[in-house]
Amino acid sequence: MDVLTLSRWQFAITCMFHFIFVPLTLGLSILTAYFETRWVQTNDETWLRMAKFWGKLFLINFSLGVVTGITMEFQFGMNWAEYSRYVGDIFGAPLAIEATVAFFLESVFIGVWIFGWDRISKKAHALSIWLVALGTNLSALWILLANGWMQHPVGYHLVTDAMGQIRAEMIDFGALLTNANGWYKFFHTVTSGYVVAAFFVMGISAWHLLRKSNPDFFKRSFRTAAIFGLASTIAVVATGDFSAIDVAKHQPAKLAAMESVWDTQKGVDFFLLLVPDSDAERNSIEAIGLPKMVSLLAFHNPDGEVKGLKDFPRDLRPPVAPTFWSFRVMVALGFYMMLMAAIGVWLSKKPDFADYGLFLKIMLFSIPVPYLAGQLGWVVAEVGRQPWIVYGVLKTADGVSRSISTGQVVGSLLGFTLFYGSLGVLDVYLLTKFAKKGPDGDIGGFIKMEGRRG
Amino acid sequence: MELQLIWFILWGVLWAVYFMLDGFVIGMQMISGAIAKTDTEKRILINTVGPVWDGNEVWLITAGGATFAAFPRTYALMFSYLYTALLLLLFALIVRGVSFEFRGKVDNADWKASWDKAIVVTGFLLALLFGVAFGNIFKGIPMDAAGYHGTFFSLLNPYGLLTGALFLLLFAMHGALYLCVKTTGDLCRRAESLAGKLWIPVLLVAVTFLVYSKIDTKLLDNYFSMPALMVIPLAAVGSLLAVKLFMAKKAWYKAFAASCATVLFVTFTGVAGLFPNLIPSSLDPVWSLTIYNSSSSPYTLKIMTVVAFIFVPIVIAYKIWVYRVFRARVTEDDVLKKSEAY
Repeated sequence: MDVLTLSRWQFAITCMFHFIFVPLTLGLSILTAYFETRWVQTNDETWLRMAKFWGKLFLINFSLGVVTGITMEFQFGMNWAEYSRYVGDIFGAPLAIEATVAFFLESVFIGVWIFGWDRISKKAHALSIWLVALGTNLSALWILLANGWMQHPVGYHLVTDAMGQIRAEMIDFGALLTNANGWYKFFHTVTSGYVVAAFFVMGISAWHLLRKSNPDFFKRSFRTAAIFGLASTIAVVATGDFSAIDVAKHQPAKLAAMESVWDTQKGVDFFLLLVPDSDAERNSIEAIGLPKMVSLLAFHNPDGEVKGLKDFPRDLRPPVAPTFWSFRVMVALGFYMMLMAAIGVWLSKKPDFADYGLFLKIMLFSIPVPYLAGQLGWVVAEVGRQPWIVYGVLKTADGVSRSISTGQVVGSLLGFTLFYGSLGVLDVYLLTKFAKKGPDGDIGGFIKMEGRRG
Repeated sequence: MELQLIWFILWGVLWAVYFMLDGFVIGMQMISGAIAKTDTEKRILINTVGPVWDGNEVWLITAGGATFAAFPRTYALMFSYLYTALLLLLFALIVRGVSFEFRGKVDNADWKASWDKAIVVTGFLLALLFGVAFGNIFKGIPMDAAGYHGTFFSLLNPYGLLTGALFLLLFAMHGALYLCVKTTGDLCRRAESLAGKLWIPVLLVAVTFLVYSKIDTKLLDNYFSMPALMVIPLAAVGSLLAVKLFMAKKAWYKAFAASCATVLFVTFTGVAGLFPNLIPSSLDPVWSLTIYNSSSSPYTLKIMTVVAFIFVPIVIAYKIWVYRVFRARVTEDDVLKKSEAY
């Protein structure tokens, strides 16, 4: 393998590993902040124990999200130096703003939250976890505006730089800020993160409810998460719809690969059963069609024209199979989660909720589902825009560093795989350990201390 | 003032503040094995940096982000040329962060001992790698139109290693002085004694560094052509002398403040010596990356300047508030009686 292929694998692996932690951080910070706020409002101790228990799991996950995030910033320069040089003028700005506006906020106030229980007032303490939640969500906004620019570059022109090379320079910061692609991605990504957190809390609560441990505590956790999860799954589907329309408008080749449409046609049917065959440039199976559904979904117009893959030169088509299957499975999982969250909202109201063993078991084993859906979503977004690193402007192959050797990248790829592999094992081990342990019973000393300042 | 110059200064300030803030965390890590005897003492050390280490590390990410946004060519070439060194740095940063967070999560002596080792080793590695990287930047790296002509091992040249040694000793002393104002009892006495012992080696290596810089590099040329700039290295030397003076008077807060100033001015000495380069080429100055040939467009720099001038003061304000909230020394009670402590 060459430097390009190895670097692509390394970016994919490190990015996807980082994105195991990010979505839970996005959602669980909000849930933890909500639990603590309820405690401040009601003085009901169960809310406090909830903030502390879920907060502990939040912290284990958060620390890995932070440390694996640094890799992302370094890697643009290390492996994608040509890309970085080419786009730094416009792509660097949102990254630098992300660090200044968002990373400081989350990283500073997470310290306040962990260590500040007896040093600041209850309200200030609850505020600190809200600031962490704000920081993580703002961070998502800036990085997705940066990604949105790669998907649909706006507000730039190409010029010759001081060293005689072509590069993209920013001419309209406002266009970067208002890029619809970035905003749709932002809402789609953060709400999918909320779903991850909701299923995480519901799954772990289900485990405890199955064992009848701390039933009140976990029923309340489950119910809050179910409501949060249902609202979020609906938002994910809605924002996914907006995203798809944006893709249809600006990334026609991606749309064609997502739906595996080979020939340009109007009023494209949606086949529930479809198997693409890239070599033959056709679909080997097309069955159970919903008339004009693809056009309707992509353009909100049943007669909308989808440009088929055959109308793109072969070297400008994204890999069809991974894009198509990832999209299909993601959408299917999305509807599964919406259904399960709705059932959760309905059942968790019942006094005998803990007796619904089968449902609780399903929810326990559904913890990985939103994680998988999120990863697949990124495969659609990133594989689907190949061969471009900046859509229509710069090819991925032209963005890779020129000064690094195959040996170096083989070494770093092996290093990352082994190292991240062991971090992943540690993370799962610790999360399981603390999730099973359940909430601390004794927080009396703390309450007394807090009473002084409260 | 021209925009490139503003961003050159900001670039220097970001690195200097990063080294000042993470320097004492890295220093604490390096000396933790030597001055903490018991599990409780080890926990106290980690808890002295607990509330702040993560926020301190963000200065590094911001320095990296600012390099990307303001000097993209430098960012691209620096990170790809120093690939292997940065990879090691990255692994060390990741292990360091994880070890603070995970050490206390399992009550098992072997588990804790492994993380304790990781804390010490990553401390040494971080100080050394930053020192070696910056030593090579100060000296210039072998690059021309064809790219980079060195390897990871060619970075380990005498001047690079000397700068590595300077960072190691300076951070170790800085970390010891931090512990002098953040711990109590025996731990505090040991930190004071270690800080005292480290001062002479720091001074010797710093002087060697300056002499060697004059002989082997162009780092000091700016100071001879613009004598007004001499204020910066003089402030570095003055701060280091002040550290000794305050230590002798047992004025530990002042000694730590002087140590902060030393780290700041040592970094500024290097950065101002580079001007107008960000990374000089050791082959031919034509290939040096300067603030002019590697900068972003005036439009981008203007926007980034507005963002920096609004948000950096806000960040500094809430960071000061946080340091005030957690200004108390960390005692045995703090780590034994609180479930949140590391």
